[in-house]
Amino acid sequence: MSILVNAETRVLTQGITGATGQFHTRTCKEYGTRMVAGVTPGKGGTDFEGIPVFDSVEQAVRETGANASVIYVPPPFAADAMMESSDAGVPLVICITEGVPVQDMMRVKRYLADRATVLVGPNCPGVITPGECKIGIMPGHIHKRGRIGVISRSGTLTYEAVDQLTRLGMGQSTCVGIGGDPIRGLNFVDVLALFNEDDETEAVVLIGEIGGSAEQDAAEWIRAHMKKPVVGFIVGQTAPPGKRMGHAGAIISGGKGTAAEKVEALRAAGVSMAPTPADIGRTMKERLG
Amino acid sequence: MNIHEYQAKQWLGRFGVPVPQGRVAATAGEARAAAREIGFPCVVKAQIHAGGRGKAGGVKLVHDEDEAAAFAEGLLGRSLVTHQTGPEGRIVRRVWVEEASRIARELYCSIVLDASAGGPAIIACREGGMEIEEVARETPDAIIIEVVDPLVGVQPFQVRRVAGRLGLTGKEVSAFGALVRSLYDAFLKSDCMQLEINPLARLEDGRLLVLDAKMNFDGNALFRHADVVELRDITEEDPKEVKASDLGISYVALDGNIGCMVNGAGLAMGTMDIIQQYGGMPANFLDVGGGASKEMVGQAFRLLLSDDKVRGVLVNIFGGIMRCDVIAAGVIDAAREIGVSVPLVVRLQGTNVEQGRELLSKSDLSIIPADTIADAAQKIVEAVRAAEGRA
Ligand SMILES: Nc1ncnc2c1ncn2[C@@H]1O[C@H](COP(=O)(O)OP(=O)(O)OP(=O)(O)O)[C@@H](O)[C@H]1O
Ligand SMILES: [Mg+2]
Repeated sequence: MSILVNAETRVLTQGITGATGQFHTRTCKEYGTRMVAGVTPGKGGTDFEGIPVFDSVEQAVRETGANASVIYVPPPFAADAMMESSDAGVPLVICITEGVPVQDMMRVKRYLADRATVLVGPNCPGVITPGECKIGIMPGHIHKRGRIGVISRSGTLTYEAVDQLTRLGMGQSTCVGIGGDPIRGLNFVDVLALFNEDDETEAVVLIGEIGGSAEQDAAEWIRAHMKKPVVGFIVGQTAPPGKRMGHAGAIISGGKGTAAEKVEALRAAGVSMAPTPADIGRTMKERLG
Repeated sequence: MNIHEYQAKQWLGRFGVPVPQGRVAATAGEARAAAREIGFPCVVKAQIHAGGRGKAGGVKLVHDEDEAAAFAEGLLGRSLVTHQTGPEGRIVRRVWVEEASRIARELYCSIVLDASAGGPAIIACREGGMEIEEVARETPDAIIIEVVDPLVGVQPFQVRRVAGRLGLTGKEVSAFGALVRSLYDAFLKSDCMQLEINPLARLEDGRLLVLDAKMNFDGNALFRHADVVELRDITEEDPKEVKASDLGISYVALDGNIGCMVNGAGLAMGTMDIIQQYGGMPANFLDVGGGASKEMVGQAFRLLLSDDKVRGVLVNIFGGIMRCDVIAAGVIDAAREIGVSVPLVVRLQGTNVEQGRELLSKSDLSIIPADTIADAAQKIVEAVRAAEGRA
């Protein structure tokens, strides 16, 4: 097994007629992903390189049995696209779009709360189960089938970690980019829980960033529930403190956003921390002995 | 995106938030006229995008025209250093002159987008004013946090609860309720990230009045707020950062001498981390973003080199959405055009990496190729050191 996506996943692209949507739909198809439909309102009835295009997600699902959606639409329309897929009953929605207004995400998140849809992103590279299904913008060729689960808030830094794992002979079960925006779908703890129950996943790499407190939540969850080894890295250890105006940020974060604070919390929960972004693969190799 | 206090007060006034009467002035003469119009005593306040102005001598109660003009004269055109500006401070280009209030109590009230709660949170405290951060640190229990469900908005019971803990009674509670509702309305309709009132004054006559307002808007939502974009004051921003944001690049100037061009914020921060691990110092954070064109890469490269602190450049691209051949072509064009006199290390990985590397090696430029992020960091730090040794 793997998590979230596998060889059976049938994917529809929202925003398939834009340049980004087209480039990555083609790349994912070439990788072997079942790209079954596209949606662009007003372009229904046409096709993109043999993939049928529909006016609505509802139609696309009815006609093609798509059970996952990937979103490349521009930021002003991204929230609508996520909710449309959820309304059509799509169980997995992956939003790649960068620059979605936070208040839109706050409403989307609330809208999804009592629905069955799982959202990944926005502002994320997507999800890949190597050799089976690639949904998103990550370069497929750096991945290799294997037993390490990867979860990351960052896009390109995930590729960096995956590349190191692959070069050291450690393939991946599934890699999940949860996205860098403050309000997002799946969080570290949700993905950790999935990996914890996945037979194919032997260990997990978790890549966090400064800001927010999702890494501390992950640390707490790992301490209480995680049955598998976890290797971590927090990026931004040397980032200068941002320019500030007002006090609200400091009051609400209570100092939780710093790299030091996060590294400490994860280490205390038994996570092996990589000292630099170049040491993620090596740290996993050592941890697995 | 931040705006000035005077702009925030004018903005909030339109939503029915109670704000003092005031005038903005760019010269001492204008400040004198503004003060005369408002009457005495009045308060003259430096307008910069930072807090802590009161403690830094940027706010003064004045009793006559001469005092108003003299205080404005002392502020305008000079740098004001507060605990939020950094040591270089900010140049004061305007002052705000407003009616003085007879304050009975200073409260704190803000609305922020609390990401972990997934919605707006009202934050309040009895102890408002200039010591709020100390209060939050030393007596965290004194901070009231009320999370709002974005689907239904602020409910009256929530307002009553906050008002009660603020020690407000009788008519003050309903006045506070109206104020919070107006603030929330402004917060939602303007796509704010943060809206901070500190102090929210309870006046001797029992009224509530907003004496300081700091607003921060979501940069990603500006496409639907042309009126907010008009309030932008680019003199408050680093010119290179302004240039970058016009190009759609995210750039932050730093103190070191190694210019960095990276794709993705995470990898950009990671590159900064590892440069420092090898004993170097980054000159900037630069994320060229996901879908940059060849032209944009060239522009980013030019921007990097326009910083005369830069003694070496590290390009670190792990292509996903960004194709390595596009990066390579952009770098080559820009480097040819401007003529790079400092060491240049380029590390490419990911989508179309072979084409990218081939373009680089075929070019007549002396580019130091690197394979991994550690290799790249080590090479640029050594190259810069060697170049400095020769100089
Ligand atoms: N109109 C006014 N009438 C009377 N006193 C005022 C007025 N405006 C400001 N003050 C006093 O000056 C202090 C500092 O002003 P203000 O809060 O606007 O600036 P600040 O120091 O930049 O804010 P912060 O401490 O939140 O960073 C206030 O706490 C208040 O005591
Ligand atoms: Mg204040």
